[in-house]
Amino acid sequence: METQSTYNYKVVRQFAVMTVVWGIVGMLVGVIIAAQLVWPDLNIGPWLHFGRLRPLHTNAVIFAFGGSALFATSYYVVQRTCNVRLISDKLAAFTFWAWQLIIVLAAVTLPLGITTGKEYAELEWPIDILITVTWVVYAIVFFGTIAIRKVKHIYVANWFYGAFILAVALLHVVNSMEIPVSMWKSYSVYAGAVDAMVQWWYGHNAVGFFLTAAFLGMMYYFVPKQAGRPVYSYRLSVVHFWALIFTYMWAGPHHLHYTALPDWTQSLGMVFSLILLAPSWGGMINGIMTLSGAWHKLRTDPILKFLVVSLSFYGMSTFEGPMMSIKTVNALSHYTDWTVGHVHSGALGWVGFITIGSIYYLIPRLFGRDAMYSTKLIEAHFWMATVGVVLYIAALWISGVMQGLMWRALNPDGTLTYSFAEVVKVTYPYHFVRLLGGLLYLGGMCLMAYNVFRTATAGRPVDAKIPAVTAQAH
Amino acid sequence: MSNFWSNWVTFIVVVGILGVTLVLFTQSKAKVNKPGESEDTTGHRWDDDLEEYNNPLPRWWMWMFYLTIAFGIGYLVLYPGLGNFKGMRNWSSVGQYKEEVAQAQAKYEPLYAKYKSMDVKAVAADPQAQEMGKRLFQTYCIQCHGSDARGAKGFPNLTDNDWLWGGSTEAIHTTLVSGRVGQMPPWGAAFGEEKVKDTAHYVMSLSGKKHDADRAARGKETFAAVCVACHGTDGKGNQALGAPNLTDNTWLYGGTEKTIIETITNGRQNQMPAWKDFLGDDKVHVLTAYVWSLSNNPKAQ
Repeated sequence: METQSTYNYKVVRQFAVMTVVWGIVGMLVGVIIAAQLVWPDLNIGPWLHFGRLRPLHTNAVIFAFGGSALFATSYYVVQRTCNVRLISDKLAAFTFWAWQLIIVLAAVTLPLGITTGKEYAELEWPIDILITVTWVVYAIVFFGTIAIRKVKHIYVANWFYGAFILAVALLHVVNSMEIPVSMWKSYSVYAGAVDAMVQWWYGHNAVGFFLTAAFLGMMYYFVPKQAGRPVYSYRLSVVHFWALIFTYMWAGPHHLHYTALPDWTQSLGMVFSLILLAPSWGGMINGIMTLSGAWHKLRTDPILKFLVVSLSFYGMSTFEGPMMSIKTVNALSHYTDWTVGHVHSGALGWVGFITIGSIYYLIPRLFGRDAMYSTKLIEAHFWMATVGVVLYIAALWISGVMQGLMWRALNPDGTLTYSFAEVVKVTYPYHFVRLLGGLLYLGGMCLMAYNVFRTATAGRPVDAKIPAVTAQAH
Repeated sequence: MSNFWSNWVTFIVVVGILGVTLVLFTQSKAKVNKPGESEDTTGHRWDDDLEEYNNPLPRWWMWMFYLTIAFGIGYLVLYPGLGNFKGMRNWSSVGQYKEEVAQAQAKYEPLYAKYKSMDVKAVAADPQAQEMGKRLFQTYCIQCHGSDARGAKGFPNLTDNDWLWGGSTEAIHTTLVSGRVGQMPPWGAAFGEEKVKDTAHYVMSLSGKKHDADRAARGKETFAAVCVACHGTDGKGNQALGAPNLTDNTWLYGGTEKTIIETITNGRQNQMPAWKDFLGDDKVHVLTAYVWSLSNNPKAQ
């Protein structure tokens, strides 16, 4: 049978294309809310108000853009490294359509003001249930495919994808425990400091497992593939994988330093965040060292540039994170733009770049082409995105540190030197530069969309044949 | 935290840190390749050409890892973290807060205390005290009253010498010390829509606004029966109750027909917080002088 001898590229193709679409949508909303911070008059009516668009932005870029990219690459990687077609085409197709439905529901309910009010988990209970069902099906497809693999060893990328799927299931179910009071309103079962703790246990692990572990899975496949080099160290991957997934689970309380959370939890959050530095960097080392011997390819291959620069941003933000978790540093950085800049060096620099590189790798293969329509456009995308990220995070570093220092500045009589509005005023130019950075990044995504469109229309959808298992593949 | 949970937290933290250390230790015992030594792959192969070397852990990375673990253990010995164990430094965030407050009080209180014995008007004439009062105002008051002290809808203008609760230094002091609760009851249900509108037109007539004379005439009866209790027969209000003067065209919530109808129908609730406990007597004294000076000229007194 035809379908038995090929990989299922259809679902990969669907998710890959939607990654680009949702990337543009999510980043456009980001640009709009960045503009609203510079020109508050752009807050038009309740539906397009910053307070409602901001969760739409975070949901769209994390779960629509990032989520689609993870579905696409995990389905691709698990098939190719297991030498077997996905265990069920129907279930895989279900995850695609259900995930798109969830995204559309988010895009409708959030501007309407329907929200649980829990950061990164704003979607109301009916959508939460749909997410749970979709996620269980995703787990069945992914682990089912692993179970029927034709290759004895499970490739390292699949450990990370697997950990991500399991952890996100746990996080989503525990954090979204809520009591519905109507069709579109529910209340969390947790209260007070417990609610805050559960929320940031979830919130930080959404970063740890959704935005770190899963994208490390992506890295472990596409970096060695694109570089044409073996992974630097299996041993390192074992140590940093187990250390990472154990340690991340503890780091959440660093979001709640100097709050009503008990002191002992804050201490543990900080200690494990610091211990997390080395396990995080293990992935960066393994990725970058994989390139040794292939550095010359960086000159000509913009896809490889995306992948390598993503690892640099990954290294930088996973250093910055533990540093910001130290109480004394956090006392300055908390609640300022620095936090927003930190998140975006991870989100735009690491998650965005690794995704863009991987999608550029995938698209020609999914549409039966040797390469993308235009390498020059990828190159242009690379530079636009790089300049965009640098402008963004540099602007928010400056404005964040400035905010922190101005908030704590005291007059000789003990009163505050600056009123809140004065601090808002000085952040103006930096918020404008941040908007420029976001615009550049969004512009790059538009180039990508054009390039993907031309590549797809020049080719036709293909499903690669499953090769016979070679003697070495064991 | 009960002993059980305290022990449980301690147990999983210790086992967790030991476990991470053990993984690191067992995996870092491999011989380090000298430069130029050949590297071997693990022999596994996926998807045609994916292979893995088995390089040893980079030493600098390994030592960095050990260092963070050592720091973590040290921190948990000194600070709270292991269940109910308080840490050898006996630190707590509440303790740190109290310490910082005590330090700040020791440092700043004398600055304010020296004005305590002075009369409010004399304090208002003292340039340094005025500077301090202004900074207190900029820190605590502008959120509602605005950085120019001219207020906003629902928050009174403090510069216009028109006072809800009185503008004497004593009245201002009382307002700051104990706060104020302003309340206008809702009359929508009792009056009905027409009567509310009539009353609104009478209120508009009091300050010489354009109004419907017939409605105002009818509204006057309602006003005389009900509203006089607080706003007085002449509508000039009562500072003992915080009832505003309705004849002067200064409006807390707005003087349009629509807003007045809204006020009469739904009533208004307003609150000025009490600052005695938060700021203390000395700061309140300086702040009283500053607020008084906003609508008085201290030099002229």
